[in-house]
Amino acid sequence: MRNPAIIPDNEPERYELREAPRYDFALTRRDLLSAAGAGILITVHRSTAIAQSTRPAQQSVAARVHIASDGRITVMTGKVEIGQGSRTQLTQAAAEELRAPVESIALIMADTELTPDDGGTAGSRTTPSTVPAVRKGAAAARQILIDLAARQWEADAGALRTEDGAVIDPASGRKLTYGELARSADFDPAFAQAVPDDVEVTATKDWKVLGTSVPRPDGRDVVTGAHRYPSDIVRPNMLYGRVLRPPSYGATLNELDLAPAQALAGVVAVRDGDFAGCAAPTSYGAGKAVEALAKAARWERPPQPSGSTLFEHLKRHAATGEGGGRTPRVNESGSIEEGLAAAGRTLRASYEVAYIQHAPMEPRAAVAEWEDGRLTVWTGTQQPMNVRRELAAAFHLPEERVRVIVPDTGGGFGGKHSGESAVEAARLAKAAGRPVSLRWTREEEFTWAYFRPAALIETGAGIVEDGQLLAWEFTNINSGASALRSPYDIPHTREQFLQSDSPLRQGSYRVLAATANNFARESFMDELAAACMRDPLEYRLAHLKDERMRAVLEAAAARFGWDERKKSRPSNRGVGLACGTEKGSYVAACVEVEVDRQEGAIRLLEVCQTFECGAIQNPENLKAQVTGCIIMTIGGALLEEIRFEGGRILNARFSRYRVPRFKDVPAMEIVLLNRPDLPSAGAGETPMIAVPPAVANAVFDAASVRIRSMPIRGAALRQA
Amino acid sequence: MDVTVDLNVNGRSTTVTTDPDRPLLDVLREDLGLTGTKYGCGEGQCRTCTVLVDGRPVTSCLMTVSRAAGRKIVTIEGLAREGGLHPVQEAFLSEGAMQCGYCVPGMILNAAALLETNPDPSDEQIVEWMNGNLCRCCGYPKIVAAVRRAAAAGALSRRGER
Ligand code: FES
Ligand code: FES
Repeated sequence: MRNPAIIPDNEPERYELREAPRYDFALTRRDLLSAAGAGILITVHRSTAIAQSTRPAQQSVAARVHIASDGRITVMTGKVEIGQGSRTQLTQAAAEELRAPVESIALIMADTELTPDDGGTAGSRTTPSTVPAVRKGAAAARQILIDLAARQWEADAGALRTEDGAVIDPASGRKLTYGELARSADFDPAFAQAVPDDVEVTATKDWKVLGTSVPRPDGRDVVTGAHRYPSDIVRPNMLYGRVLRPPSYGATLNELDLAPAQALAGVVAVRDGDFAGCAAPTSYGAGKAVEALAKAARWERPPQPSGSTLFEHLKRHAATGEGGGRTPRVNESGSIEEGLAAAGRTLRASYEVAYIQHAPMEPRAAVAEWEDGRLTVWTGTQQPMNVRRELAAAFHLPEERVRVIVPDTGGGFGGKHSGESAVEAARLAKAAGRPVSLRWTREEEFTWAYFRPAALIETGAGIVEDGQLLAWEFTNINSGASALRSPYDIPHTREQFLQSDSPLRQGSYRVLAATANNFARESFMDELAAACMRDPLEYRLAHLKDERMRAVLEAAAARFGWDERKKSRPSNRGVGLACGTEKGSYVAACVEVEVDRQEGAIRLLEVCQTFECGAIQNPENLKAQVTGCIIMTIGGALLEEIRFEGGRILNARFSRYRVPRFKDVPAMEIVLLNRPDLPSAGAGETPMIAVPPAVANAVFDAASVRIRSMPIRGAALRQA
Repeated sequence: MDVTVDLNVNGRSTTVTTDPDRPLLDVLREDLGLTGTKYGCGEGQCRTCTVLVDGRPVTSCLMTVSRAAGRKIVTIEGLAREGGLHPVQEAFLSEGAMQCGYCVPGMILNAAALLETNPDPSDEQIVEWMNGNLCRCCGYPKIVAAVRRAAAAGALSRRGER
């Protein structure tokens, strides 16, 4: 049954941002000849669409599940593991439906040659899309195994059971393990069948493996250092690469002398259009070689906007038209003009959200290897299929000649949707005629990856006598439409997203624009409540019909002790709350902060957060995701901001860009509301959106100063 | 100019011939194949590259290979003892203190060094000691819990020995 709460706003990926591929290398005569010689038709794909198939095409059972004659089970999925727990969760899903021990199942993930296309890993889609797809595939496999056993025994399939990796006939006590069945002649043709659409999966109430806290299957490799991340892959005869970066955004390479770099021992240097880089026997050597290149390069640097004028710039370029690959959007109900006219009082405010960086612990990395005109790349990306397309386009190859493999990767957070490092490593490997490993430096990652978009958000509200909302106007400029829609019941609304000209390269970030939109909305709700002298909790509830939203908000307030703590608190402390919904899940947070006006310091002391995402599939992993979201979002709320000037990033390193550390972790209470009656929604994103506005609201409570920016800068307290 | 450097890594002596200014991190990863030690920033800010040098945690991205010569280096690959995991590794595993896991080797080595000097740290002491290690998956609470668990396990085994 479709969950009515999942409104069309949640269509997957509509607002994931996308970037056109950067590289399109010229074809040489030799490339053309070798391609023609191999009888390959060259097709160039320029499509940049991020395809996230919610309905994978009819797939054979064998494409999803493989059973070896020793009973070992391999499950294939195109999803990647970047720390969000998908490997564990999908293993659980397969174990559940196959009635086989978790340990007997190995997952092959994200290998374009071996795994089905499950779409990219983004938008919290693994839980609602891929878990069901894997469950169906595994359930179909189990049914086939039962049928095979029934045929061997000439028994009634309906009377047989499966347990612990075997089919059992309870009447006679006979037993055939999956491995034994895999040896039968009928096995292969049976597994070649398509997964039937109507295959039945295990009801939530009967779950034995799903719904439990299964630990990460490859945890031992992580703690011993044996796990190989993309940057750890080693190939025979491999070189290390480094790319020459422009001095600023938009700069073009006018002149470059390769000779000084080429003179260094073992160095291969290459220039192809605006791309230039080196490969060397060590990454240190490659770094030295690129320094030599940099000295021999002349760039043309067009003027670029600076951070000091960012929000004026965004406002000036705000546009309602299509373009730039992004879709502007307007939601309207009632008539905003009538609503505002009829309201007794109108309030307006605008909010600013800075660019921030994902800064995954593992920067972009790739190892590329060419063999007989075929390209294999191991890389850390959330979009293996797109990266394959990107590689094929850059090198003018048919996609079948490109294989992308994604080893479990050191973090993504929406920041690894692109394949720059893959293309760069492949270009260097092509020049060197040897495999090349390329790992971006932290500075490169901070400068040449993409950022979470900056936002300017303008809000307006019309209220009647008692403060009840009549009209609501909300405009997001530049950052996106996620969670644009207000969960509050207001008769006249206009909510819109306008694109703009972004001075920096921007793209997806965990939960997209929902953090920015929820920050503005929930801050503004607080301003309205204060303007009408109403309690922020009571004011919100008075406008909320959505039961799931009310439930998380009320639970958070009760657990936190909102009413009492709002009344009595030390003078330098304040409490704040906020709620929100996105991607089919619901979150609310109450926080306490301490402020020091002289110092201009804000300290987040406590967070009490409730979260509900339907039926819980793995409580421990869910709690880890919610915890990680809360702490990560403290960065965007209080610490993080990309500073830039004239096309250069001023703080492209951890010593100048503060991210949350151990000491920044507040006291935390996390309450997970389980709703086994509802379908499971993803949980790796939405828990980000409640804390930032709750903090701003708590700062207001403590200091009577409204700070309308993310990060919430304590300096404003000093000036006030 | 390349030089020959004697290294003692995970109890084994080895020599490498290389530029003396290369970071120990690169030599471990690229010359010795010990890729468990990770790069995260190259400027001493994330400690994901932590190794133990003469028992003390060191950011291997900032130590040149020539300065590491002749000293006892332990990487994550060398922490397990007699085939069994080190108690801190064991604790990270049982606590599930990992998301992407990229920061984990550095965390484990730094925590192991803490427990060598202070076998029974308070939570505040753990946080203070570990604060230089970044985890972008932000799994800090579980990491603290894992260190606490390892400390408790150490206390138990010490009691058992007595
Ligand atoms: S890589 Fe050495 S401290 Fe970050
Ligand atoms: S687990 Fe991903 S960085 Fe720590």
